[in-house]
Amino acid sequence: MATDNRQMWAELGIDLKKHDMLMNALPPIYKDIYLSQKNRPKGMGFFDFVVGDIHGIRVQELRQHAKNGTTVVATYCVFVPDEIVLAADAIPVGLCAGTQFSVPIAEEVLPRNTCALIKSSFGFKLGRICPYVQTSHLIVGETTCDGKKKMFEILAEYHPVYIMEVPNKKTQRSRDLWRGEVAAFQEVIEKQTGNEITADKLSKATRLVNDRRRALQRLYNTRKANPVPISGKDALLVTQVAFYDDISRCIKQVNALCDEVEKRVAKGEGVFPAKTPRVLISGSPMAIPNWKLHHILETAGAAVVCEESCTGTRMFSDLVPETGGPVEEQIKAIADRYMQIHCACFTPNEERLDDIVRLAREYKVDGVVHYNLQFCHTYANEAVKVEKALEKEGIPLLRVETDYSDEDAGQLRTRVDAFLEMIRR
Amino acid sequence: MICAGLDVGSRTIVLVTMDGGILDSAILETGVNPLRRCQELLAARSYERLVVTGYGRHLVASAIGGDIVSEIKAYAVGARHLYPDCRTVIDVGGQDSKVTLLSAEGEVLKFEMNDRCAAGSGKFLEVMAKTLEVDIGDLGALALSASKVVQINSLCTVFAESEVVSLISRGVESSAIALALHEAIAARIAGMVRRIGPKERVVFAGGAALDRCLHQLLSEKLGIEITVPPEPQIVGALGAALMAKSSASSQQTSQRDSVPKVV
Repeated sequence: MATDNRQMWAELGIDLKKHDMLMNALPPIYKDIYLSQKNRPKGMGFFDFVVGDIHGIRVQELRQHAKNGTTVVATYCVFVPDEIVLAADAIPVGLCAGTQFSVPIAEEVLPRNTCALIKSSFGFKLGRICPYVQTSHLIVGETTCDGKKKMFEILAEYHPVYIMEVPNKKTQRSRDLWRGEVAAFQEVIEKQTGNEITADKLSKATRLVNDRRRALQRLYNTRKANPVPISGKDALLVTQVAFYDDISRCIKQVNALCDEVEKRVAKGEGVFPAKTPRVLISGSPMAIPNWKLHHILETAGAAVVCEESCTGTRMFSDLVPETGGPVEEQIKAIADRYMQIHCACFTPNEERLDDIVRLAREYKVDGVVHYNLQFCHTYANEAVKVEKALEKEGIPLLRVETDYSDEDAGQLRTRVDAFLEMIRR
Repeated sequence: MICAGLDVGSRTIVLVTMDGGILDSAILETGVNPLRRCQELLAARSYERLVVTGYGRHLVASAIGGDIVSEIKAYAVGARHLYPDCRTVIDVGGQDSKVTLLSAEGEVLKFEMNDRCAAGSGKFLEVMAKTLEVDIGDLGALALSASKVVQINSLCTVFAESEVVSLISRGVESSAIALALHEAIAARIAGMVRRIGPKERVVFAGGAALDRCLHQLLSEKLGIEITVPPEPQIVGALGAALMAKSSASSQQTSQRDSVPKVV
């Protein structure tokens, strides 16, 4: 297997030396952060396996599909509609952009004062260390932030890139623009794959993506229980893996995990003691393998019970109505569903503030941690409004600005310790 | 019962021992081996309970025992002990600046902390003192003697240093440069204080509170009187010692304190 992988990586044009460093770095970190946790659900075994072979079996699957003529479409953002990709018999793969490892590589080209997520994603391509990017036929980017938008222009020099324009307001004109973008995306994917998207295929794809959303919703629902049956780190990992794993398998595995953790809830069993302070994390996405804040919080004695982020509720909270009908109608329904994502790229974005307050109540949290990737200006500025909204509701807030490096782990720990002292009483 | 509070900061280690009142206090430079420094400090004293705070709290407490508490809580407890009417604590230490708002009962309501870098911390002043070739202890007095006003725009320690170098090369007196540096850092800290919505009494502690110029500028900028305790550096260790005394301290500490590692 290991030699098969090496040969595959070489064929994909991976920089094997750099890639080896990355692959050697990950297992001890995963062991420290994940395998050291006590009382984990058995269903996490699958996700441990997936991370343990992160650039192996899944890439092999995708390559096999590609060899059989299937198109692999790589994405970075929850605005890119998987339904359309799947309806054209193509495979959507959410790319990771969550490690410091690829940041210095990107900094050879991009300005340093760019957010870590952008740098990490670009560095993976520039450094040729991500077999998923290498396997993909097309990267679909979007305009959810100016940094990404401009990075994609540079990325396009290295890989085929298509950009979807996400509007910045939620007016009818903006909604119409987005409907047009989704319809245009349909054409792009049809052309790329050579497959026509029929009403039947689109309905089936919609049901499938909804099933994944339902499975993740089900998992998150168990986290409302006190004591919480699954750690925040484990739940975050499930969401992260859901971005790139085979969708049908993912649904099955998440539901199997839910069967297990629902039993825990029924028996009142928790992964942490019942009095553990409960925290909602809200803000920038945490792409795999970014487990930094969760790890700091949970080793400091908190339980992360919900993520209001693109690697959390924003990924799956709304379903596409499964009403069928002609392709054009379904495309509109899909487009409208995505406009319900309350990304900080929108102005105004009051709905996100409402979401945070609502989630804080639903998940019975003792406090909210606002997570901001450094240089992510939309979330950083919106945090001012988040702070006001939470203060009004009497919900304690800790604002954290950080990146993927661990140089500030001590300072973060100080803030987290003080915050937990504050909310624990 | 003799209780000890240890504040393991990035620049100094402070030990306070208490029985009824303060028995003893000691301040040492942190150096490169804070653990050994702490062991030496503690070896010379007898105590029954220990609470450790400061940047090195996890390292030290896991090696030599004792409960841990964050600096924010420790400074709050220490400041309230000295001034029971204290509602706002400004702590400017070596690496961090923190502003904490307290309830009338002394509970931590919220806090602000500088992000990531040394800008707005004692380290900033220390680096600049070195560039101006004055002792850190004399920097405040030098600034107060300035007869001319210049401006430093950058708060980044690295960029500010190059601004200082260019001011020096233009022949600007070091007193004026020292004042400009104090203005810059005071503006930054005052911003944090305003963001939190300060309530009086405001207590300014930590090593940088020894700087008279910074104290004066902060008072001016905020338009409120700011109290600096006689020994501002020991407030965190005092708070830790007080927490060692109170039985509640054991419940306030983290149970799981492995040092986090990230990708």
